[in-house]
Amino acid sequence: MSIFYLVQCFADWLTYSIFSISKGSVLADAVNFFIFDTIKILILLTVIIFIVSIIRSFIPAEKIRSILSHKYQITGNLMAAAFGIITPFCTCSAIPLFLGFIEAGVPIGVTFSFLIASPMINEVAIVLLLGLFGWKTTFIYIASGYLIAVIAGFVIGKLNVQHLIEKFGVSNRNTSLVPMQLTWPQRIQSAKDYTSETLVKILPYIVIGIGVGAWIHGYVPTEFIVRYAGGNSWYSVLVATLVGIPLYSNAAGVMPLVSVLTQKGVAIGTTLAFMMAVTGLSLPEFLILKKIMKTKLLIIFATIVGLGILFTGYMFNFLLY
Amino acid sequence: MIIKILGAGCAGCARLENNTKEALRQLGLQADVIKVTDIQTILSYGIMSSPALVIDEKVVMYGRNPSVDEIIKLIKDNK
Repeated sequence: MSIFYLVQCFADWLTYSIFSISKGSVLADAVNFFIFDTIKILILLTVIIFIVSIIRSFIPAEKIRSILSHKYQITGNLMAAAFGIITPFCTCSAIPLFLGFIEAGVPIGVTFSFLIASPMINEVAIVLLLGLFGWKTTFIYIASGYLIAVIAGFVIGKLNVQHLIEKFGVSNRNTSLVPMQLTWPQRIQSAKDYTSETLVKILPYIVIGIGVGAWIHGYVPTEFIVRYAGGNSWYSVLVATLVGIPLYSNAAGVMPLVSVLTQKGVAIGTTLAFMMAVTGLSLPEFLILKKIMKTKLLIIFATIVGLGILFTGYMFNFLLY
Repeated sequence: MIIKILGAGCAGCARLENNTKEALRQLGLQADVIKVTDIQTILSYGIMSSPALVIDEKVVMYGRNPSVDEIIKLIKDNK
């Protein structure tokens, strides 16, 4: 990535000239790594989040809902998972989206495809993957996440789960909502707002994540990591998936850490499973969803997605070893 | 005039509320500004992306956070 040549020069200058840490030392290595990675990720995040926000202003959730309403299985699942990628996700928006979709006649399975893809594949995860792991891992992550969302949604759609969703009986007096005509200055303003809000929210996690990563990168011997997280044991993918479930809010901080572990020898399938569990299976989201669905449906949902993640992890460990 | 701010507690809602109050102050208008956080009620307006602005039961804006000037315009247009 030659566009980051200047960033590397800046990191070198800061490390060696300003902090005057002698070149080649472990400390210099760690500090240099920290400065370079933080700036690189920050630039990538700003640019990509802004671009995605602009695209998003053309396809609000209300529009997606009317497109997906009464869509057939498979086609609907494929489309819903794709829409999920560009839609921002926060736990607080999960219920309005879910209920809004169901009430408007979007099939349950299609709604689930959307709900699974939305947090798992988002621009922040994609930027971090691109910046820290390179395009190959990023592609594998997006493709597997997309497939999991489509298949899991399809399977849930085939099961008869209608009765497991709490009836809210929303009287929709405003189904034909007038689409908002936005001007370009309004789109740009919204995108700017969203970009800065997102950055402020995730930046502390990223800086801490990269910081701890830089420390591991410099100070923790590779043999140590390989021995304890090496990934050749049969249970490593399973453990990685389970550990990932409670970490959602820290997804942005977890990825830089994991990238260092991967460079030090943790198997890529284990890494993928871990990151997908962090983003795709989130404890706060489950607690929120529990308000509108029976525990049984929640378990079905988590199990199917969990199996998809495990399968992905084992498959890539098997294929790439 | 009754103005409702719809949103289930995301960060944007507080800003929209403040901007709306500022817009009313600049216009020299009196209005009840009500925050609606109940999801069922929000959904009954057909809204999924918060925050949204409702003036006298009409949804005039959703899914963004407009500037004070824009809110002034929205209030004038929907009075």
